[in-house]
Amino acid sequence: MVTNVTNLSRSGLYDWMAQRVSAVVLAAYVLFLLGYVIAHPGMGYADWHGLFSNQAMRIFSLLTLVSLSVHAWVGMWTISTDYLTSMAVGKWATAVRFLFQAACGIAMFAFFVWGVQILWGI
Amino acid sequence: MHLPTTLPCNFGALSVIKKAVNSQRPVNLDLRTIKLPITAYTSILHRISGVILFVGIAVLLYALDKSLASEEGFAEVKECLTSPLAKFVIWALLSALLYHLVAGVRHIIMDMGIGESLEGGALGSKIVLAVAAVMILLLGVWIW
Repeated sequence: MVTNVTNLSRSGLYDWMAQRVSAVVLAAYVLFLLGYVIAHPGMGYADWHGLFSNQAMRIFSLLTLVSLSVHAWVGMWTISTDYLTSMAVGKWATAVRFLFQAACGIAMFAFFVWGVQILWGI
Repeated sequence: MHLPTTLPCNFGALSVIKKAVNSQRPVNLDLRTIKLPITAYTSILHRISGVILFVGIAVLLYALDKSLASEEGFAEVKECLTSPLAKFVIWALLSALLYHLVAGVRHIIMDMGIGESLEGGALGSKIVLAVAAVMILLLGVWIW
């Protein structure tokens, strides 16, 4: 029996779906922002500040931050459960993996809070 | 499992078999000893680029924070981005992002059932590497 309890939803299928949905949001945001910057060469502070002050952009950015948190968790979880195994790191593998996942979770939470501060601090 | 304990047998091998049977999960193949196909390289690159991006979020958030905080901060970030080192860091980060994006789009295409065969997988990997290489090259031209 597989006794993994650290994945996002305790359901592989749901994690799979969350990874895809968040990926689509992230792709849309990256392509939009990259396209915007490329389309506005020599952009000044007023344009840049105006873009991120826009309510629609704030919603889009916050959605992206949530998607990033979900996507990063599923991704780092997948990698840690694949490579931080007892075959690779020995008998303390479970502890090492748990600590690694905890560090990833804390880092991602800090990124999320920081992102919210940036979006709402302007 | 019923083992014929009265029969003569190799107890070393028996304990290995017992261990394999009783372990909770199947032991995966040791990747370090296997010659990898192209699909494995695009897969591991997808993972490596993902980890780079996870760390890179901090750099990108820092730049975003500074550039939005004030007019001086914006000018400072813009000024910083003219240095060769900063250009290289941004190019490396955005390259990881573009590769991860292209490889991710391939995943979703494969989820639709396209390119799932052995040949399709290898072809898809080659397309991912080619498209990502072109995009990364264009990105470099744009940055420098």
